[in-house]
Amino acid sequence: MKTDAPPEEQQRIEPPSRKSRPLLVDALIIPLLALFSALVVGGLVMIFADSEVARAWASFGRNPGNAISMSWDLVSSAYGALFDGAFGNPTAISETLLSSTPLILAGLSVALAFRAGLFNIGAEGQMIAGMLAASWVGFTLDLPAVIHLPLTLLAGFAGGAFWGSIAGFLKARTGAHEVITTIMLNFIALNFLTFFLKTPIYQRPGRSDPLSKEVAETARLPSFGDYRVNWGIVLALVMAFVIWYLIFRTTIGFRFRAVGANPKAAAYAGMGVAGTYIMAMAFAGGLSGLAGTANLVGVVYSMSPGFLGYGFDAIALALLGRTHPLGVVLAALLFGALRAGALQMQGVAGVGTDIIVVIQALIIMFVAAPALVREIYRIRARSAIETDAITKSWAS
Amino acid sequence: MALGFAAAWWFGFGSESGLDSTFGLNGRGSEIELAPLTLPSRETSLLLAAICVFLGAIQLTRGFGKKANLILGLVVGCFIFAFLIWAARDDSLNLLGMLQSTLLRSVPITLGALAGLLCERSGVINIAIEGMMLTAAFTGAIVGSAAGSTTVGLLLAVGAGALLGALLAVLSIRYRVDQIVGGTVINILALGLTSFLSAQILARYQNLNSPGRFRVIEIPLLSDIPIIGPLLFANNLFIYLMFILVIGINVALFRSRWGLRVRAVGEHPKAADTVGINVLRVRYRNVILGGMTAGLAGAYFTLGSVGRFDENMTGGRGFIALAAMIFGRWNPIGAFGAALVFGFADSLQNKLAILQVPIASEFLLMAPYIATILVVAGVVGRARPPAADGQLYIKE
Repeated sequence: MKTDAPPEEQQRIEPPSRKSRPLLVDALIIPLLALFSALVVGGLVMIFADSEVARAWASFGRNPGNAISMSWDLVSSAYGALFDGAFGNPTAISETLLSSTPLILAGLSVALAFRAGLFNIGAEGQMIAGMLAASWVGFTLDLPAVIHLPLTLLAGFAGGAFWGSIAGFLKARTGAHEVITTIMLNFIALNFLTFFLKTPIYQRPGRSDPLSKEVAETARLPSFGDYRVNWGIVLALVMAFVIWYLIFRTTIGFRFRAVGANPKAAAYAGMGVAGTYIMAMAFAGGLSGLAGTANLVGVVYSMSPGFLGYGFDAIALALLGRTHPLGVVLAALLFGALRAGALQMQGVAGVGTDIIVVIQALIIMFVAAPALVREIYRIRARSAIETDAITKSWAS
Repeated sequence: MALGFAAAWWFGFGSESGLDSTFGLNGRGSEIELAPLTLPSRETSLLLAAICVFLGAIQLTRGFGKKANLILGLVVGCFIFAFLIWAARDDSLNLLGMLQSTLLRSVPITLGALAGLLCERSGVINIAIEGMMLTAAFTGAIVGSAAGSTTVGLLLAVGAGALLGALLAVLSIRYRVDQIVGGTVINILALGLTSFLSAQILARYQNLNSPGRFRVIEIPLLSDIPIIGPLLFANNLFIYLMFILVIGINVALFRSRWGLRVRAVGEHPKAADTVGINVLRVRYRNVILGGMTAGLAGAYFTLGSVGRFDENMTGGRGFIALAAMIFGRWNPIGAFGAALVFGFADSLQNKLAILQVPIASEFLLMAPYIATILVVAGVVGRARPPAADGQLYIKE
């Protein structure tokens, strides 16, 4: 501990160095480099997994040019198809926006929970819970669209909020770590879904396989012209704005952030930490519920067993977007593009769609480890220690 | 007490008198044959229910004090036994088979819990057990098939686990990634990689997905002891390794100098550092060891149990292993006991389905996950993790 130095010495201000970079550039460079690195490693995985290219490498000694050019062809055609499938034409762009919609909502869910210091891995289960509620409203009630659609969306939010609040309640009352409880709730929700899909309430009449009844016409999201993209994207963007407002401009949002930054200090200041946890998980669950509902009333119109597959992506999005709604939206558009282009990539270049999951995991890894990216690309650090402390103690 | 009344109501009066429940007690090829245990269903259930009610009454009036937990366990045991009797009424249930199945299903959970234990005792939270298990299962399958030897497959599977452990260690210790985020990254990466490679390679080359399984090794004299013999002494390599590891790690952790150092690092790294213990090196070593154990757990899936790799075959067991670790109070023997409980829940749903118990199968499938939540919610408050669990250590 330094003793009190004379004021002049303490006041030494460093003149802005010529090499100082604005904060925005810093916030962009690392994620972009992370994306680039992830694509590179993904390309390596593609090369490794392709039998023809692997054989070309086996005869590297005799014909080095062949191996390299085949590898380059594979990766460039794969990424080219990926880009084409995502942005190449209006239909592709429509697909990208369509894929991004549930991602935006789910990403907001995880980001909101992160702000309150909670790690919401339960997005999948919350989506299922939301869909169960929304689809029931969708195919049971018969109302004019102006009421039916919002009611269905509301039901979806409520279902997800309920499911999320279970984990919040467990954390608030017993200190059970939300990572484990939300994952368990995911599986429980999955089983509930299969169960309900076999009951007469949900099951489509005339079929013996677990497929739900279709949502009524009046409860579906209208689409834009001939394209598949629908008003869901508008909903998602509006919710992004709402969440931004909630987090940064309301008292509740301030409570979330305070509890997330330092629960003990927040408790000392009089904020109810337990109640905050429940509320945060409820909101987060509701957002995920909306994500599932948007998918339900916008694209598929009925439910079938199985996870939707947006849950883990949502975590990636929240991290990539630095838990800020705007970042989440941008990241979700990126991931939506990846998904939209993946099918094209599989068709044209023969690379399986699961490589997208690998690339996404790599993106998270590089984004979550800025020090790693710095080391690879030799960028000087801005501050001495850079950590995003999200872990709270196991038994807090 | 409530359990007692519930048992009486459902099981006692639910089954008609005169029916018998037969419990088979023999395994395959046992020398000494025991006659199956036949119990009159209704009478026995009522008797067990009466015991529960009696004990509950004592608890209400006098309380058992320190022995309360033991009595609670006894009551739960009676409840479960009565449940089994009810489920098996007028039918037969192989009790030994059930015990065997419980033990087998608890193997990956125990090994996973040991892996988590090794990491957490040195202060690193390891959420990536699921990913490590999945990767090791995949590696074991593909290498075992390619090399034609289960042993080689096993070795490389353990190696794969160690590799992922090293990745986790590097990410969280060197690059200061939040440990839970790092663990999640590894999980997603593992899922993506194994799914991708499984679709690209295993789907095309089926012969790479048949590694064979380890044979059952019967210990000559001991395996002939009735009931216990076939249960404990006629298993394959994995179960024996599990027993050795449980006892071995217990001894190492609590009665050796190495264990003392590990625990010191986990409880108070700064103090350990001042005494001269290399905190970072201990953490690296432990996380890699944990990865190896998780690799063993993963190899069990393909090389010890099923004999082929299926996408996402671990099904959340890595997280159940974490719950078992918490339930077992970060203690190998406790973790083993907890894993047995989960294994029982897991095998229960299988047996009950065979017995055609009138409960929807989905609810039975949920059983292990609900059990996990109950455990984590009920126990965490009272169990104490290593004090420096999850905290960064920055050497000054």
